[in-house]
Amino acid sequence: MELPQRVHVRTTINGQAQEFLVPPYMSLLDTIREIAGLTGTKEGCLDGNCGACTVSIDGRIVDSCLVLGAEVDGKSITTVEGLATAKGLHPLQQAFLEEAALQCGICTPGFLVAAKGLLDNEPDPSEERIRHWLAGNLCRCTGYDKIVRAVQKAATASH
Amino acid sequence: MHPFAYIAPKTVEEAVAVLNKHGDRARPIAGGTDLLVQARGGRFDLDAVVDIKKIPELESIKNGASGLEFGAAVPCYQLYENKKLAAEYPGIMDAASLIGGIQIQSRAGLGGNLCNATPSGDGIGPLIVHYGTAVIAGPGGRRELAVEKFCTGPGRNALKKGELLVSLKFPKPSATFGAAYERFIPRNEMDIAVAGVAVSVELSADKKTIKKARVALASVAPTPVLAEAAGAALIGKSADDEAAINAAGAAAAKAAKPITDMRGTIEQRKHLVEVLTKRMIRKAVERARS
Amino acid sequence: MVSTFEPKSNYKVIGTRPIRHDGLDKVTGRAIYGADIKLPGMLWAVVVRSPHAHARIKSIDTSAAEAMDGVYAVMTGADLPAQEDRVVDLGEGSANFRWASDNIMASDKALYRGHAVAAVAASDRYIAEMAAGLVKVEYEVLPNATNVVDALAPNAPIILEDLVGDDLGEEVKNTNMASHFRHEFGNVDGSFAKADHVIEREYTMQMVHQGYIEPHNATAIWDQENRVRIWTSTQGAFPVRTQTAGILKLSESRVKVTPLEIGGGFGGKIPIYLEPVCAILSRKSGGRPVKGVMERRSVFEGSGPAPGGVLTVKLGATRDGKLVAAATDIKLEAGAYPGAAVGAAAMCVFSCYDIANTRIDGWDIVVNKPKSSAYRAPGAPQATYAMESAVDELCEAAGFDKMKFRVDNAAHEGTRRGDGVIFQKVGMREVLAATKASPHWRSEIGAPSRPGNKRGRGIASGYWFNIGLKSSVNLALNSDGTVELVEGSTDIGGSRASIAMQAAEVLGITAEEVRPSVVDTESVGYTDVTGGSRTTYATGYAAWKAANSMVDELKRRAALLWEIGEDNIQFEDGVFSSKTDSELKISFKDLAGKLNDTGGPVNTTGAVDLEAAGGAYGTHICDLEIDPETGKTDVVRYTVVQDVGKAIHPSYVEGQMQGGAAQGVGWALNEEYFMNLDGTMMNSTYLDYRMPTSLDLPEIETVIVEVPNPLHPFGVRGVGEVPICPPIAAVANAIHDAVGVRLRDTPMNPGKIMSALEKKG
Repeated sequence: MELPQRVHVRTTINGQAQEFLVPPYMSLLDTIREIAGLTGTKEGCLDGNCGACTVSIDGRIVDSCLVLGAEVDGKSITTVEGLATAKGLHPLQQAFLEEAALQCGICTPGFLVAAKGLLDNEPDPSEERIRHWLAGNLCRCTGYDKIVRAVQKAATASH
Repeated sequence: MHPFAYIAPKTVEEAVAVLNKHGDRARPIAGGTDLLVQARGGRFDLDAVVDIKKIPELESIKNGASGLEFGAAVPCYQLYENKKLAAEYPGIMDAASLIGGIQIQSRAGLGGNLCNATPSGDGIGPLIVHYGTAVIAGPGGRRELAVEKFCTGPGRNALKKGELLVSLKFPKPSATFGAAYERFIPRNEMDIAVAGVAVSVELSADKKTIKKARVALASVAPTPVLAEAAGAALIGKSADDEAAINAAGAAAAKAAKPITDMRGTIEQRKHLVEVLTKRMIRKAVERARS
Repeated sequence: MVSTFEPKSNYKVIGTRPIRHDGLDKVTGRAIYGADIKLPGMLWAVVVRSPHAHARIKSIDTSAAEAMDGVYAVMTGADLPAQEDRVVDLGEGSANFRWASDNIMASDKALYRGHAVAAVAASDRYIAEMAAGLVKVEYEVLPNATNVVDALAPNAPIILEDLVGDDLGEEVKNTNMASHFRHEFGNVDGSFAKADHVIEREYTMQMVHQGYIEPHNATAIWDQENRVRIWTSTQGAFPVRTQTAGILKLSESRVKVTPLEIGGGFGGKIPIYLEPVCAILSRKSGGRPVKGVMERRSVFEGSGPAPGGVLTVKLGATRDGKLVAAATDIKLEAGAYPGAAVGAAAMCVFSCYDIANTRIDGWDIVVNKPKSSAYRAPGAPQATYAMESAVDELCEAAGFDKMKFRVDNAAHEGTRRGDGVIFQKVGMREVLAATKASPHWRSEIGAPSRPGNKRGRGIASGYWFNIGLKSSVNLALNSDGTVELVEGSTDIGGSRASIAMQAAEVLGITAEEVRPSVVDTESVGYTDVTGGSRTTYATGYAAWKAANSMVDELKRRAALLWEIGEDNIQFEDGVFSSKTDSELKISFKDLAGKLNDTGGPVNTTGAVDLEAAGGAYGTHICDLEIDPETGKTDVVRYTVVQDVGKAIHPSYVEGQMQGGAAQGVGWALNEEYFMNLDGTMMNSTYLDYRMPTSLDLPEIETVIVEVPNPLHPFGVRGVGEVPICPPIAAVANAIHDAVGVRLRDTPMNPGKIMSALEKKG
C-alpha cells in the first residue's frame, strides 16, 4: 500500500510555535498526542460523541478526533496543558480540585477545555447554560453534578 | 481506513478540477464531522480529501435585502451567533443550534449536512421550508437546484462527478413569515432524530390567515421529505384553525414512510411526525406574529 | 478471628474534604493513563474481530498483512498456549483459563460479533489498521442465540459444544445452560397459599455496558529472558498478572504489571483483553514494546458488559402488610462463556426485606454476546429492578402505602438473607427514616414544565453486600514527618485520598502529609481488585494496620530516646509522651527527625485478608416528567439516601452516590444492546448507545447516613455499588406514578412508554 506524502504544518500549541510533518489522514488528536507528545488530550470514542479529545482552535472548542492534523496550519491550539500558567492553575482547574469534580479523571481535560471556552465568552452562565454547553462531553463517573458546581465556582472566582 | 492525501485548493475551479480528477475517490471536507467518521468506518475508500475551507466563497455569509446566501463550508455557530440572521431565518437557526454539541457546531455546517444526505439530517428540512436553493459548481459551470431535490437516497445526492456545493441561498422572508424545526430524541442533546419536522408559514398582513406553508420531515423516509399535502392543508386557513392544524398533522404522518430500526418503530415515527407537525405549525405561527 | 470496633466521632482527618493527592496531575493533563505510555521503538497493535455472532473459523490468511511495509508481527488464536480447565478467583468473578484464553482470541469458533480472531503489530496505528484489514478470515456462519429465551429454546444452536451444565446438581450436556442453583428457606409454597395478597410478575432486561470513557488498552514487552512486562489501565494489577501468566502459561513471577491511571472501570476493567495479545506480538517482533488501544466499537462489542435477562418475582403478604413469602427466577445471560453474576443477584434480590419464607432460583445462560463481566454491584441492579417494581405492584394491588410497607418489612440485624447469611448491624431502617426526613420526600412534586406533561415520583431501595479480600500497604517515614504510602489498589475515583486519610488519622498528621502511590506488582504485596466496594474498606484497613505499626515502632524509638520503658509511652493527637513524666513529649514530626539517633528508617506494612465486609443499603427518590404525546421522559429531581458506614472523604462518597444514580438512570431510560437477528449490536457507538449527558440529569441530591460497620476500624462500609441498584426501579415506579403504566422491560424508553400508553388507552 502506497502511503501519501506527509503534510507540512506550522501551528501554535499552547502559545508555542510548532512545525510538523503529518500523515494527511492523521487526526489532530493523534497529531497532538503522538507527534507533539501532549497526552493530556484523551481519546474516548473517535467519532465526536464523548468530548474527551476537546481542544480549542483559534478560541473555538472542537473534538480533535474529527479534525485532521493537516487542517491546522496557521491556527492556534489550546490543550489542557495550556490552561495553567507560571502564575498558577486556571480557576477552573482549582475549582475542579476543590469541588471533587473528577473521579477517574479521563474526561477532565476535555471538560476543562470546553468549560474554558464557555467562560471566556460568557463569564456568568446559568446552570442550564453550563449543562447545555457541556452536553458534548460525556462523564460516566460523576453524574455531572460536581462538574457543574465547579464551573459555577470558577465563574464566580474569575469575576 | 484507506490512506488519503490532503488537498486544500484556493478557488472553486481548482476544487472542481481535483474532484473531477478523482471522481468518487475524493470528497470535500468542511467540518469533517461526518466524513472522517465514515472514512474510518470503511464506508468508502478515499485517495484524497479536498479541504474547501480555504476558498473564500465557501466561507462567506451574505445577508442582504434580496435574501441570504452562505457558503457550503460555513459552520453552524457562525449562523446562530449572528443575531440578525438568526431572527430572520428562525428555522435555519433551530437546526444550526441543535446539530451535535458545541464542539461539533464549531466545525459542522448545513452545507455538509445537506451533502451528507442522511435521512435524519436535521439541517435539511429547515432549508426546504425556507425555500432554499443549492448553488452547485462543476466542470461544465454552475447550476442551481431546489434543496428538496438535492437528496436522492440515503447518503446519496444530486452532485455529479466533479461537482461541488458552493453555497445555499434563500429568499428574504416577509414580515409575516415564521418557521420552526424540532426533532424528537430520547436524550436532550447529541442524538440522531427519531423523527424531525420543519414548518414554515407566511401569514396575511393581518396575521390571521396562512398564505403559504411548507412542512418538511426528517428520519421518516430514505431522504428528507417535503410533505406538500401537509402544507396545502394550511393554505387559506385561519392560523388558529385547530381542524386545519390537525389535518396538516395527519397529512404529514401520511407522507412519512419510515422504517423500524434501533431508533424507533414505524408506528412511533408516524405518530411523532403528527405530534411535531402540529407543534411546529403553532410555533411557526407564533414566530410569524412576533 | 474477626475484630470488631466501637464507633468514634472525634476524628481530625476522617470526614474532612482535602484535595485528592492525584488531583493536580489529573487537571493539568500530566497524569499518565494507559494509552499515554510511550516506549522506545514501540509498535501498535490492532485486533481483527469477527463480524459474525457465531461462526466456525475455516481459515485465516495473514500473508498479505505480513507482507506490508511497517508490519512486524501477526498472530492468531493458534499462537496462544493450549489450556485445560483451570478456574481462578478474580475477586469479583472468576475465570476458567480455557475459556478465558479462547475469549482473548478465538480458536475454532467465533462466539460473538467482535470476538478477536487475529492481531497485527506495526510501526504505527494507522499502518496496523490497514494491515489488519488485509487479514483474510474465512467463516462458516452458524445460527446464533443472543438472549436467554433463544438460548434455552429446544432447537437452540449449542454455543459451547463441551459445556457441561449443572442443573441443581445434575449434569446436563448439549446445553447453553451453564448452571441452575436454588436457595430455599422456610415454607414458601405454604406461605403463598395462606397469604392474602399474592402477585407474580415477569421483567426483562437488555445487556448494558459500563460505558467508561477510557477504552481498554495495554502495552507489553515479552523479552528474551522470558519476562513479560505489562503497562495497562486496570482495576487490579495483581489479577492482571494472574490472568496474563495463566493465559501465557508462565509463572506469575515472570510477569510484572504496572497499573497506569485508569479512566473508569465499574467492574469492566477486571478481566483482560489486550494484555496477552500485545505480549505475544512483542515476542514475535523480537521483544519490542507493543501497545494496543481498543476502538469504541470494540469496547462495546468485545469487552465485558452486564447481562440482560428475564426475572420473575412472586410476593405474598398478609392483609395488614406483612411480607410473608417471596420467590424469584433469575435468568441472566453470561455472554459467550459461563459466569453471569447470577450468584450475586441472588444474594441481593430480597435483601432489603425481612421475609421468613424465600426461594431463589438462578440460571447462568450462555449466549452469542460478549462474555459478561462485573458492572457495579454485578447482578444486583437487575434483581433490584424486578424486586422493587414487584413491591410497588404488590402495594398497588393491595392498597398498601409504599413507604410504610418498606419500613414495616425492612431488613435489620438478625434478618436472614436469601442465601442464608444472617445480617449483623445493617442500616436499612435508618436509610428509610432518613429518606422520609429528606427535603425531597417532604416536598411536593411540583407542576409540570409544560401543559399536558405529567409528573410522577418513585422510590426504590437497594442492597449490596460489599467484599473484603486481600490488600497490602507499605508506609515509610520521612525525616520531615511526612509519610510515603505505597499501595496496590488502583485509584478509580479518589481512593488514594481515602486510604491516605485513614493512615493520617492514626498518625496524627494531615492528609497532605501522607503521600500515596499506586505501584507495580513487584513493589507492594498482593492486593485484590479495586471492586466490590472494597478499596476504602480493605486497603484502608491495611493502611490503618500499617499506621498502627508505625506508631508502635515510634513508641519504641521514643523509649530509646528517653531511656524509659516502651509501655510508659503514649501517643495522642500527634504527640508521643511519657505516661508518668509530663516533661517528656515529642511530636510525630520531631521524632521523625531523630530516626538516625534511634535505629534508622521506620518502614511498616499492613496486610489484610478480610472475609466479611459490611453490607449496605440505599433508597432513592426519583421525580420525573413525561410528555404523554411523545413519551419523552426527563428526571427532574433525584435524591440518593445511603448508609455508608462512615464517610472518610464525604465529597467522593457523594460522588459515588451521584455517579451510581446517573448510571442507573441511563440504564433505566435508554441504554441497551440493541441486537439484530444476525446477532449484531446495532448501536455500538456513544451516539446511539445514549448514555446520559449533563442535560439529561438534574442536580442529584445526597443524604449520607452513617451506621458504622463494626468490622472496620473507622466503621467504613463500601459505597460504590449500592447506588446503582435502586434507580431502575425508582424510575419504573415514578413512570407508573406519572402516567399509570407499568413498564416491565428495560430500557423504559419513549417508544415503550408510548406503546404502553396506547395499550392502556
